Amino acid sequence: MKETRLGEFEEVILLLVGILGEGAYAFKIAEEFESQTGRSVSIGATHSTLDRLENKGFLKSEMGKATAERGGRRKRIFTITALGKRVLKESKDFKMALWEQYPAFAGKLNYGGVM
Amino acid sequence: MKKHKTIPPALAQKILLRFLRVDLAEEVLGDLDEKFYINVQTKSPFKAKINYWYQVLHYLRPFAIRKSNPSSSNAMDMFQNYFKIGWRNLLKNKGYSFINVGGLAIGMAVAILIGIWVYDELQFNKYHKNYKNIARVLRHGTANGETFTNSSLPYALGEELKSKYDNSFEHVVMAWHVGDHILSTGGKKISMTGEFMESGGPEMFSLKMIHGSWSGLDDPHSILLSQSAATLLFGNDNPMDKLLKIDSKMDVKVTGVYEDLPHNTHFHGVKFFSPWDLMVISNDWIKYQGFKNNFLAIYVAISEHTTFEKASSRIKDAILNNIQDDKVYVSINPQIFLHPMEKWHLFAEWKNGINTGGLIDVVWLFGIIGVCVLLLACINFMNLSTARSEKRAKEVGIRKAIGSIRRQLIHQFFSESFLVVLLSFAGALILVSASLTWFNDLASKQMEIPWNNGYFWLGSFFFLLLTGIVSASYPALYLSSFNPVQVLKGSVRVGRSATVPRKILVVLQFTVSGALIIGTIIVYQQILFAQNRPVGYSRDGLLMIQMTSPDFHGKYDVLRTALLNTGAVTEIAESSGPPTDVWNSNGGFDWQGKDPAFIAEFATMTVTPGYGKTVGWQFVKGKDFVEGVDSDSSGFVLNEAAAALLSFENPIGEVIRWNSPYGTNASSFTVIGVIKDMVMKSPYSEVQPTVFYLGDNRNWINIRINPQTSVSDAVAKIEIVFKKLIPAVPFDYKFADEEYALKFAAEKRIGKLASVFSVLAIVISCLGLFGLASFVAEQRTKEIGIRKVVGASVYQLWSVLSKDFVILVLISSFIASPLAYYYVNNWLQQYQYRTEISWWFFGITTLGILMITLLTVSFQAIKAAMMNPVKSLRSE
Repeated sequence: MKETRLGEFEEVILLLVGILGEGAYAFKIAEEFESQTGRSVSIGATHSTLDRLENKGFLKSEMGKATAERGGRRKRIFTITALGKRVLKESKDFKMALWEQYPAFAGKLNYGGVM
Repeated sequence: MKKHKTIPPALAQKILLRFLRVDLAEEVLGDLDEKFYINVQTKSPFKAKINYWYQVLHYLRPFAIRKSNPSSSNAMDMFQNYFKIGWRNLLKNKGYSFINVGGLAIGMAVAILIGIWVYDELQFNKYHKNYKNIARVLRHGTANGETFTNSSLPYALGEELKSKYDNSFEHVVMAWHVGDHILSTGGKKISMTGEFMESGGPEMFSLKMIHGSWSGLDDPHSILLSQSAATLLFGNDNPMDKLLKIDSKMDVKVTGVYEDLPHNTHFHGVKFFSPWDLMVISNDWIKYQGFKNNFLAIYVAISEHTTFEKASSRIKDAILNNIQDDKVYVSINPQIFLHPMEKWHLFAEWKNGINTGGLIDVVWLFGIIGVCVLLLACINFMNLSTARSEKRAKEVGIRKAIGSIRRQLIHQFFSESFLVVLLSFAGALILVSASLTWFNDLASKQMEIPWNNGYFWLGSFFFLLLTGIVSASYPALYLSSFNPVQVLKGSVRVGRSATVPRKILVVLQFTVSGALIIGTIIVYQQILFAQNRPVGYSRDGLLMIQMTSPDFHGKYDVLRTALLNTGAVTEIAESSGPPTDVWNSNGGFDWQGKDPAFIAEFATMTVTPGYGKTVGWQFVKGKDFVEGVDSDSSGFVLNEAAAALLSFENPIGEVIRWNSPYGTNASSFTVIGVIKDMVMKSPYSEVQPTVFYLGDNRNWINIRINPQTSVSDAVAKIEIVFKKLIPAVPFDYKFADEEYALKFAAEKRIGKLASVFSVLAIVISCLGLFGLASFVAEQRTKEIGIRKVVGASVYQLWSVLSKDFVILVLISSFIASPLAYYYVNNWLQQYQYRTEISWWFFGITTLGILMITLLTVSFQAIKAAMMNPVKSLRSE
């Protein structure tokens, strides 16, 4: 049975993959995560999540170009699938709907700051 | 520059690669490198390294860790592939595969059968828990320079061992000799084999009691029945406390039932045990026999702190010390010793006081045959698989060219070989289960496949491993070493060097099978020779009835008249022993001119006057006993062997004195006749000097059936008479010719088994030869085609193809003949009456094997020679 619910970390990673586009591979995503959130994360943890998201069908991957700083090794580039996009949107819509039901915050949505 | 000097920590990298999924290695290593070099630049090399370690450790996640060793999962696939290819190869060459698997399966089946037979023999008597401490007391004596060994012992010795040597023994158990007795209860009378034994016996032999206990023989009027005997006598009723009569004279009560003893125990035929004391009560004379009358058996269990050797040396003079008054007996020097139970079965033969083995020789013989047959099958397998593998040199080349490494090729050949070995093993197990009943019949055993025996499986496993490795070693190690370029170009000539070991193996094969065949022929020759030996009396139509109970007493005259009146019987006489065995043997004979140092020991037999006519004595000199002639009651009829001992020109009328006559009052006897030697004991040994005289102590009724009457009619008529006159005894008779034939049973069994195995050996060898011949013919297809084109005839081609094999077989015959001669001659030495080994045995065998070889090879040779050369030359 495929898990379709997104965890918080997964959601961020999925978004980062979308943000990075062509340059979305494990190391870059981990770097981006650290710079965007200020929290540190290991490449392994990122990779593991990417792998999980791929298994769920939210991501797909293929081997990309090799570069010198990688010792001539290729990188695995991740891209969001249509399903991944839909799940992200659903997640956002769901939260929006919740926000709107919350009278104190209604109208002054500050999505990113809640973290 | 700094960047180039600092590289990621090698150890961390190594560890990472150890556990990381192989398909992730590239991207992960790349990512880590990138991170590392950025860290080197932004932080410090040291921190970068620490971070690298940190990153590596964070890859210890389920998704990233390889499931199992990736190289082994790959190898699994490869092995699967090897087996698949191997299987396809087998199916592609069905003929070869059949020969290969079939031959090996037969060989293994023979080895397994022989293996369980040998195992069964070695397990003999181990059913008894204390078998390691149990022994039988035996007695050596020396007469006329030769030491004899005997198991009969005097009654007083048993008492002596119990009183004076008791600290060496846990048990001392006197016993009667195992014999047939009549058990009767209610209306039932059944003849059964039984043993009278002192009350310690059941415990010593650890009988497995179903009812009652080991102390069941404490009361003299008791009996322990085997389960089968209890069922036979009482059906499903509880046998305990039931009353029985033994031989119509001894009253006993059932005090226990024991589990039947398995076939591979000394007492397996014994259906009941009764107390020795009962035997003594019924036969009062037993107690008054001193140390000089040997008639019973003594079994002992030694105590824990001693050994057989120590106990033997303690008791060795136990008889000698008590017979000092008898100079003659002292001169025989009776020495007693212990024969351990473990050796009763396999080491039962004695020559001049030394144990010469016995059945163990047969165990060795068949062990060797088994190994040989197995060896033959393995040789086949090796020969064929090496021969076949040469065809696959190209395959090796291609596999190498597309990237196979040598190790993989080695694995491939080994796995194919194991595939065949495993298939053969399965086949062998099927063959064994199918033939076990037949084999049990032949070997008169009750063996089973030891499915639950760990050693069996362990042995099989190692054997399979060995066969698989040895037979595949040539293709695996040699072929895999080829340079692919040369192989594919065809510049490597495979097989020239390989044919030499192959030839040696073929020679070895035919040497073994040739030797086996010669051996078998000579075994049969020996049996035939002994069977054709003149026996000195007439076996056909001679019926024998043992008088086992007192009911026979005083009935002789009535019986005789009634039997003669039926017309089915021409003569009847009684005797102390059967004509097919020597029951009594005595010393104390003297005559004029006898060397005083010579100890005269004769087989003795009391008879009634009609005996000679009944059994058909053939007189050389003198005359038979005549009814009513008084002087004949102190007369002797001698056999030729006895007459030769006497050293008289003409023994008729000479007088022989006998100081301990048995069953008669006379003490000096006149020789009235000499008869041709009667073969009473083993047909393979010299006939014992024997004297016949008129006397009591008669145990057997001998009946000569009228040759005009059919045997079945006669037996029916005789039975009616017996039933009427002696109703208390079951009518239990034996035929002399059948009893005599039993003397050949052991040799016949060996002969039959040996012939089966040698036939299998030659079949296996021929299978191999057939395979090789067809392979060679196939390999030389082109050569044959060319020969044909330039004018060779079919006959010439046939001889070209057959010649090689014929030479090999001839060589092996030359090796096999002296080898077989040596062993068979040794075997024959154990028989005093033995056949000559003539050279024509070897000639015939060689010729026979040659014929079989030619038949085997010719089929392929002629097929190849008849082939149309256009076809064989067209390809390529």
